[in-house]
Amino acid sequence: MSAPMPAVRIEGLCKDFGTTRVLDGIDLDIPRGKVTCLIGPSGSGKSTLLRCVALLEEPTDGYISINGDPLGFDRGPNGARVKLPARQIRKVRSRIGMVFQQFNLWPHMTAVGNVSEALVTVRGMSRADAEERARKELDAIGLGARAGHYPSELSGGQQQRVAIARALALDPGIMLFDEPTASLDPELTGEVLNVMRRLAESGMTMLVVTHEIGFAASVGSKIAFLDHGRILVEGAPGEVFAKPREPRIDQFLETYLDRGAATLL
Amino acid sequence: MSWKLFWLLVEAARLTVLLSAGAIAIGFLIACLVCAGMLSHNRVARGAGRLFVSFFRGTPLLVQLLLIYYLLPSIGLDVPSEVAAITGMALCTAAYQAEIMRGGLGAVPSGLLEAAEMTGMSAAQTFRRIRLPIAFKLTLPALVSEAIMMLKSSSLVSVVGVIELTRMAQDLAASTYRPLELYAAAGLIYLVINIVVALLGTGLEARLRWGRI
Repeated sequence: MSAPMPAVRIEGLCKDFGTTRVLDGIDLDIPRGKVTCLIGPSGSGKSTLLRCVALLEEPTDGYISINGDPLGFDRGPNGARVKLPARQIRKVRSRIGMVFQQFNLWPHMTAVGNVSEALVTVRGMSRADAEERARKELDAIGLGARAGHYPSELSGGQQQRVAIARALALDPGIMLFDEPTASLDPELTGEVLNVMRRLAESGMTMLVVTHEIGFAASVGSKIAFLDHGRILVEGAPGEVFAKPREPRIDQFLETYLDRGAATLL
Repeated sequence: MSWKLFWLLVEAARLTVLLSAGAIAIGFLIACLVCAGMLSHNRVARGAGRLFVSFFRGTPLLVQLLLIYYLLPSIGLDVPSEVAAITGMALCTAAYQAEIMRGGLGAVPSGLLEAAEMTGMSAAQTFRRIRLPIAFKLTLPALVSEAIMMLKSSSLVSVVGVIELTRMAQDLAASTYRPLELYAAAGLIYLVINIVVALLGTGLEARLRWGRI
C-alpha cells in the first residue's frame, strides 16, 4: 500500500538571494490534516521556505506540489523546469491561506471589512452575504463584538485572530503561519495559540514557522528542524526531541527556555 | 482703505482661487498619468515621466509661464492669458503632485500587498482596493501643502497679463499711493483662503478615521 498523498510535497527546493543560498535542497512532505512545525535558529531559512510554499518568493530550483498539482513550476517535456501560467498559479494558490508575523490587516477596513473583502472581490459574493459570512468567522474566534473596529483599535492578539479569520473565510485546504506570535506580548500570544490549537483539532492542514517550542512539541505532529538552509532533523516531536539528540538542537533549545523548551531539556 | 478698494481685491482673489483650483485639478489628472508612467514597466514611459518631472520641477514657474505665453502664439495657438496661466501652473504642480503620489504608493507596506495577493486578488484589485486608498491617506497632508503652495505661486501669473490678487493690489497701490494697506489686505486675503484650504484638508483627514498604518 502506498502512503497517502501529502497536502504539500517539497522536492529539491533551493532559493538564492543574490549569491547567498538561503535554502539548499529541501525535501519535505506536509501530511494532510496535521500540524507541521518548522523550527530552527534565525536565518536558517524557515520563513523563506514558508514563503516559497506561498509563492511569495520564487524558488530558484526545485518543485512544490499542492495536493499533487504543481505550484508555480513544473517539469517540462524534456525534464526542464518550466514556469506555469498565472491562471494556473492562482488556481493552485487559492487553496492556501496565509497568516503573517505582522498581521498585515488592511488599516482602512474594519475587522469585518478585512474578512469579507476577498469574498466580494475574488469570490464574487454580494457585500451583504460576504459580511454575514465574515461575522460568522469573527464569532467563531470570539471577536464578534469587535467586527466594526478598525485594526488600529484592536490589540495585537485580536488583530492576528482577525487575520486568521480572513484566511479561513476563503476555505483554504492548507494554512500557513509565518511566526504568528513573534510580534506579540507573551500575554497575547496565548489567545492566538489557542485559536491555532482549535484549528488543528478541527483537522486543518497547517504549516507553522514558530519559536513557540512548547506549542510545536504539543500540537505539532511533525517537526522539521532547519539549519543553514537544510533540514537537519525531521519527524514526530517524540523523535526530534528524544535524547540522545543532535547537539545543534540541544544548543537551540537552550536559547528558548522561556518558549516552552525547558520541559524538553 | 475704502470698501470699494477692498471689493476690487476680493474680485481679483476670486480669479486667484479659480486659476489655482483649475490648475490643481488639471495638474492632478496630469500627475496621475506622469506617476503611472514613472511606475510603468515600459522604459519609454518611465523615461518620459522622469523627464517631465525633472523639467517642470527643475525650472522656475516664472520661466515656465513666460515660455508658454510666448510659445503658444508662435505655434499658431492664440489663447487668452488666463489659459496660458492655467496651463503653466497645471504643468508645474503636476510634476510635484506626481512625485508625491509616487512616494505615497511606494510607502504602502509590502506586507499589506502580499496579504491581498494571498487572498487571490488580482494586481488591479489590489491596487484599487488596498494600495490606492492607503496611499491617498498617506499623501493627503503633502497634497494639501502643494495646493497651498500653488495658491501662493499664482501671484506669478501677472507676468502673462492676468490681473489676479497680487497684481490688483500692485495696480491699486500705484494709483492710490497706499501700498502698505493694500499689500496688507492682499496678504490677509491669501491667509484666509489658505486657512480654509488647510481646514478642508484636516477635515478630510479626520474623516479617514482609521488611524495609523
